[in-house]
Amino acid sequence: MGYFELIIACIFVNNILLAQFLGNCPFLGTSKKMETAVGMGMAVIFVLVLAGTITWVIYTFILVKFGLVYLRTIAFIVVIASLVQFVEMFLKKSIPALYAGLGIFLPLITTNCAVMGVCVLNIDKEFTFLQALVASLFYAVGFGLALVLFAGLRERTLLARVPKPLQDTSIALITAGMISLAFFAFQGMV
Amino acid sequence: MPKTLVQEFTKGLWEELPPFRLVLGLCPVLGVTTSMENGLGMGIATTFVLFGSNILVSMLRSIIPQKVRIACFIIIIASFVTIVELLMQAYTYPLYLKLGVFIPLIVVNCIVLGRAEAFAYKNKVLYSMADGLGIGIGYTLALGALGAIRELLGNGSVTVWGDLSYNLSSAFPSFQPFSFMVQAPGAFICLGLMLCFINAIGD
Repeated sequence: MGYFELIIACIFVNNILLAQFLGNCPFLGTSKKMETAVGMGMAVIFVLVLAGTITWVIYTFILVKFGLVYLRTIAFIVVIASLVQFVEMFLKKSIPALYAGLGIFLPLITTNCAVMGVCVLNIDKEFTFLQALVASLFYAVGFGLALVLFAGLRERTLLARVPKPLQDTSIALITAGMISLAFFAFQGMV
Repeated sequence: MPKTLVQEFTKGLWEELPPFRLVLGLCPVLGVTTSMENGLGMGIATTFVLFGSNILVSMLRSIIPQKVRIACFIIIIASFVTIVELLMQAYTYPLYLKLGVFIPLIVVNCIVLGRAEAFAYKNKVLYSMADGLGIGIGYTLALGALGAIRELLGNGSVTVWGDLSYNLSSAFPSFQPFSFMVQAPGAFICLGLMLCFINAIGD
């Protein structure tokens, strides 16, 4: 698979949120306002690129080499948790403006299954280092795109009169279903 | 008012039914419920992790320092997930392949971490066991139910572990399977409608 196909596949066809169902908690949690959605999208792009490449290196050069493949889950989550902590400390010291922008979304990323999921997918699909880097970046871009689209729609549904049992999460899920249906049209493109 | 053991157990089945009442841990709820069997398998794996991590967190709650508690919880949970992964590879390999990436992702399932933080870290071992088991069974039932609805409408029949099966066309001969339900968009819409239904009868 060439890189162009990989990029299209990661953003549209296998969209991490709408086709693979990873990272749905922040998807529903941070999509009530456009501002928070953009913040979360940026934070995910930032962390996912780092996490995707670092876990690939650790898996290939440490776990496989020493026959510790069964420790993958523990190793990955430790890497992601410490990476998030490290990024937070680094940004606070060196780029306070960006830190203030990302705010509370950074610590939340530890339990975002999109991050862990992409790290595991990179390994399961036997990507090379460069493919893993590209896939991580564009899965994250796909996440951000879906989140921003969804936030836009959700701000509209706030103004609509929704029947009581359907309010809040319920109507949000149905809206997500509609976006997912739109993305479904990309199926078979790659 | 302190609750009894039975109350801690049964609250997971309705009052705090995880995906609907707490709206947590939605990724596997949407991702694996293309069939009832997958849903139940995922639910049972999550229950095992929840039960184990609740017990261990509760036993170690006086040792785990307040400041690094989240890191400790995650390590405990990750260990149990690794156990489940290895057990499933050994005994239920076809199911393991079908659930795929969602098995390692139990680590980041908000329900498991949520119960460790909100319940097991503050309560005695026996109560934490009841809580973990109750929430786990509630989660399994919810996944099974969603899986059953989607499989029934999407394929026209439900099959669990090869032999226990039900075919919708025997009751409604003119029923046409609605394959939209087993695909990605159907998951969101079906869960949204189920949530609406639960809200409507809950009030």
